Amino acid sequence: MGETTIGLLTGLLFGLGLCLSGMADPSVVLGFLDLAGNWNPTLLFVMAGGVSVTFIGYRIVLGRNRPLWSKSFQLPTATAVDAHLISGAVIFGIGWGLAGYCPGPALVSLASGRPQVLIFVVAMLAGMVFVRWMRARPRATIATVRGEA
Amino acid sequence: MHPYIMAVIGGVFIGLSAVLLMAFSGRIAGVSGIVGGLLPPKPVTDRSWRLSFVLGLVLAPLILRMTTGASGIGAPAVDYPLLLAAGVLVGAGTAFGGGCTSGHGICGMARLSPRSAVAVAVFVMAAIVTVFVTRHLV
Repeated sequence: MGETTIGLLTGLLFGLGLCLSGMADPSVVLGFLDLAGNWNPTLLFVMAGGVSVTFIGYRIVLGRNRPLWSKSFQLPTATAVDAHLISGAVIFGIGWGLAGYCPGPALVSLASGRPQVLIFVVAMLAGMVFVRWMRARPRATIATVRGEA
Repeated sequence: MHPYIMAVIGGVFIGLSAVLLMAFSGRIAGVSGIVGGLLPPKPVTDRSWRLSFVLGLVLAPLILRMTTGASGIGAPAVDYPLLLAAGVLVGAGTAFGGGCTSGHGICGMARLSPRSAVAVAVFVMAAIVTVFVTRHLV
């Protein structure tokens, strides 16, 4: 119950932030990425506000032993800068540059009811499922081989 | 108010969201990770907070429209074929690279994660090159 409520509250805050900042408008995002055009620095101001608040807040929060409403902090454990990270970032960057949507703004924009946004989001979910499926496969194969042996 | 001031205020909202989610639930506010966990194969077991987070994202512009008259949502910048291709790339890329603009960009940078710093540099560069090609070369 508690975590569901926090999910809703933080999702709302996050969505309000995206909408107020202009990040739910692809033209603003593409304007930032278009260095050779009429450059729009708005995204930098969003990142500056977001990263500084999170930086200070995380210092305070992560100094505690555990979160208020759950057992432990679940922080990423991977540290290697590997081929997955780089190639994933390249693929994501190309998609981001093509349409001006990253996952948050795309989901927020579903509220407009525009079929274009729905198509983007369905394609995005399909892309996620594809990679999750690809990643699950080798393990499944090994498990199958072991099972047969 | 000036768009840059609104941008900082919006950024602060996003930061507060990330801090609250960590403080109460111990989670990273990365949208691609939150959504990815809901998807097959092997969806995670803690689905309810993820679904409510996504619900919150979608409700936010509706609340803004009711209270201020403007949702803040802009029109799509490209047409269906590009949206379809871009969607697949964004979904696959964020799943493969372990994060997007929020997970790597906000939370990872705030944690001073070298992985996230590299990811952000790479996806911003790739996006800038893509925009240059689509707007100025093609």
